Amino acid sequence: MKELTCIVCPRGCRLVVDEENDYATAGNACPRGAEYAHAELTAPTRVLTSTVAVTGGIHPRCPVKTAAAIPKGLLPAAMRRIRAVCLAAPVQEGQVVIPDLLGTGVDLVACRDLPRAD
Amino acid sequence: MNGLYYDVIVIGGGPAGMAAALSAREQGAPKVLLIERDCELGGILNQCIHNGFGLHYFKQELTGPEYAGRFIRRLDGAGIEVWLDTMVLELDGLCLHTVSAAGGYRVVRAGSVVLAMGCRERTRGAIGIPGSRPAGIFTAGAAQRYVNIEGYLVGRRVLILGSGDIGLIMARRMTLEGASVLACVEVMPYSGGLARNIVQCLHDYDIPLLLSHTIVEIRGKNRVEQAVVAAVDGDRRPIPGTEQVFDCDTILLSVGLIPENELSRAAGIAIDPHTKGAVVYENMQTSLPGVFACGNVLHVHDLVDYVTAESQRAGRAAADYAAGQRREGAELELCAGDGVGYTVPQRLHLAHLDKTVPMFFRPRRVYGTCAVVARQNGRQVGRFRRERMAPGEMEQVALPALLLQDDGPVTLCVEEDA
Amino acid sequence: MVDVAIIGCGVVGAAAAMQLARRRCSVLVLEAENDVAMGTTKANSAILHAGYDPEPGTLMAKLNLRGSLLAAELCEQLDVPRRQCGSMVLAFSEEEREHLRVLLERGQKNGVPGLHIVSGEEARQMEPALSPEVRGALVAPTAAIVSPWELALAMAENAVQNGAQLLLETPVTGLSPVAGGWRLDTPRGSYTARFVLNAAGVNADQIHNLAAAPTFTICPNRGEYYLLDKSEGDMVGHVIFQCPTKAGKGVLVAPTVHGNLIVGPNAEGLQTPSTATTAAGLAFVAAAARKSVTGLQLGASIRNFAGVRANTDRDDFVIEWAAPGLLDLGGMKSPGLTAAAAVGEYALELLERAGLSAPAKQSPVTTRRRVRFARLSAAEKAELVREDARYGRIVCRCETVTEGEIVAACHSPIPPRSIDGVKRRVGAGMGRCQGGFCGPRVLEILCRERGLSPLEVPQDQAGSYLLAAQTKQEGSER
Repeated sequence: MKELTCIVCPRGCRLVVDEENDYATAGNACPRGAEYAHAELTAPTRVLTSTVAVTGGIHPRCPVKTAAAIPKGLLPAAMRRIRAVCLAAPVQEGQVVIPDLLGTGVDLVACRDLPRAD
Repeated sequence: MNGLYYDVIVIGGGPAGMAAALSAREQGAPKVLLIERDCELGGILNQCIHNGFGLHYFKQELTGPEYAGRFIRRLDGAGIEVWLDTMVLELDGLCLHTVSAAGGYRVVRAGSVVLAMGCRERTRGAIGIPGSRPAGIFTAGAAQRYVNIEGYLVGRRVLILGSGDIGLIMARRMTLEGASVLACVEVMPYSGGLARNIVQCLHDYDIPLLLSHTIVEIRGKNRVEQAVVAAVDGDRRPIPGTEQVFDCDTILLSVGLIPENELSRAAGIAIDPHTKGAVVYENMQTSLPGVFACGNVLHVHDLVDYVTAESQRAGRAAADYAAGQRREGAELELCAGDGVGYTVPQRLHLAHLDKTVPMFFRPRRVYGTCAVVARQNGRQVGRFRRERMAPGEMEQVALPALLLQDDGPVTLCVEEDA
Repeated sequence: MVDVAIIGCGVVGAAAAMQLARRRCSVLVLEAENDVAMGTTKANSAILHAGYDPEPGTLMAKLNLRGSLLAAELCEQLDVPRRQCGSMVLAFSEEEREHLRVLLERGQKNGVPGLHIVSGEEARQMEPALSPEVRGALVAPTAAIVSPWELALAMAENAVQNGAQLLLETPVTGLSPVAGGWRLDTPRGSYTARFVLNAAGVNADQIHNLAAAPTFTICPNRGEYYLLDKSEGDMVGHVIFQCPTKAGKGVLVAPTVHGNLIVGPNAEGLQTPSTATTAAGLAFVAAAARKSVTGLQLGASIRNFAGVRANTDRDDFVIEWAAPGLLDLGGMKSPGLTAAAAVGEYALELLERAGLSAPAKQSPVTTRRRVRFARLSAAEKAELVREDARYGRIVCRCETVTEGEIVAACHSPIPPRSIDGVKRRVGAGMGRCQGGFCGPRVLEILCRERGLSPLEVPQDQAGSYLLAAQTKQEGSER
């Protein structure tokens, strides 16, 4: 048996997972909790949020995120990959910044419109 | 000085102000003005680049900028005037004195006003940490702005005081950007942040959370060099002999937020000493007729989704007021009883209630299985079960309006199971 | 060779520089820190004392009285915030009431105008927040509050405008006699001067000892303070003292010219100067201050700080020749701030007596004005923003400081080099959020106007760096 705090939503359910019994989960208020428990104990993933450099914009950085969760172990490598990017303003929200980040099949996308500085 | 008039003027273009302005317009206010002191809308959401916003309101997990972006786009073409880079210097009844570089000094009159100025962070001075005063001590939000918007790392070896959500989020953020976060120190025996943030911001990166500990001394001549941390007793007093020294160059403070009500105070609006926000009625109207308040300027929220919902109520009510609707008649007072830190709203117009009255509150401490009970003159008017409550998480109950009478104050308290 | 070199640009060095620069002589000011007013001048009680404390006949008594008059004049001319709010010394016992009479008599001998003693009842009528235990008070109507760093800055700016040369970040490391004067060694090179004024504050004994046998020792003495939010600013109208003891003038509660309430200081002798605060020191201050003002809301504190008094092993200021041509202006303990302007005047007199020939300049600059947006009327604000749109952009929301004011400071005679340098000049970051919101904006404007990189701008003194690196650099992340 393993105890976990669900991180799917702010509710933070306390989960009890039976690893021996196909990761049967108790304490979850919704089905996503069971999915989380299974993934967390087999192949944990996280959504990565960070920034990328931008030139010519109203700010020098633009927030980005992975469009879906990626393997937790890839976060440091993803941060290094993100560093290599420099966008030119204007940036559109949803714009793909890096397609198929580190071969995960998940895109890194911009999280806001960033207009050009006057 | 010109004679500008708007039906509803909203002060503050963060999540609260944007939602209030949109709802005021949707409710039929012909002329709505939204005033923002920054150069863009979105408020603090612009620097909250992490995800976790919008699960209630949009049924989707968004980052702060995305959540703001949805409202910014809705405002486009909604027929709402927006003044950016504009500061409200004074609120004189329903008359606002504003200044901006582009528009100059303008006096505008309103049919009603919505206060949505947000909050600010408590500083070192407010909590009085002894020691030297070197550079390298930031409030978590100030550091967040430098890192996420300006693109600067504020330090390399970081200690975080306070386990509120901003502190936890910054622990992860600083770590990802290459800093070493040595520990997160919390004076209370429980964290002030969401459980999920403890997991994904601290546990994921092996950052220790020191509960019932505090910083007792800051050392360093020019820049922070060391922080001395000690355990505290039940009265939050440092226990001699438990000191440990952290070699760090940066201290981030996440020690609470304070509604920014200087404008409201100067306008003579009654302030609740517990929330540090205005005393409001069920429709978010303050003690100054025609002035409404919502979002973090009213009371500090943990979820922006609730800010949105509250602000929509304020916006609609402001539009109604500007259109001449008044709420009058018998009033009830809502009081925080045993175990309850505060309630919002604090007053009700008995004749103007919907079927249920949403009531927000925070428990004073952590509770296990318990009941939240509302009573009026000895009568129980509501009883709500809870599995767990913590001061870090705002609670909501819905009082049935039918049971409320013109019979003295309603008291909300927490009753633990025997 | 310059005529006069001044070591140190606190309030005393600045006052001397101002006096000298208005004469026809060359003046060089060497300051170790990256701004003026960085020592005792920026961390003290900010009081212009009436003058009943010093023993009659001392230099201190004479310069206190003269300084208080001069400061009033100067603050008017140089646009420095000062308010003559008066002070009260409280007595809590018959013994202390007796001491009030001693102070009254001393003050009268010193020539302090308007001194009088009131009963406890009368004191509470004047100041309703006073403790019911107060048995009487000595009222000094001429006591005033001031912005100490702005006073020093204004005098230093005036000196620069009248031709004095100010070198910041230039500590004097050697001082030796040369033909007709002195050589001053610094990491930036050596300078020679006919006369040298030693206004080095808590380091004055060390500077003295570079060139002469020791004659006095600085005994640094720390005082810790609370600064309370403006919501508490009108808790008292007067400066509220307790009866002085050997340790000093005791814990006071006073309004500040910026609208806050200041509470402190304690008095603690130190081996080496330190401006760290301590839990014990602050607890002492809190308890002592509540004796005067029972309902004090220390929960409204926005900042704690500590200052170091340049106490010495002497009872009076040390204003004397260390060697021919080298004049000590040392031991400027309380009422040093009050006396400063008079010390500058006195130093000029001593230099002239020693042979400095410095006739008055024809028309030196004697005034200074700066925009304080928050204090303007609505019509004045509107007019100013019409003239220059940058005054329409509020940068510091707590203190209502505009971009225009920051830009003006960046192009003033002594431009700021740090975030706190901007704060001392215009008040941005002085308020309840302590620069949390405006810090990044102030940094941006300072960098733009002064051609600096954000990475090289310190929070305050040199070395107090604010930002460690840019993000997204090679090897920056995990």
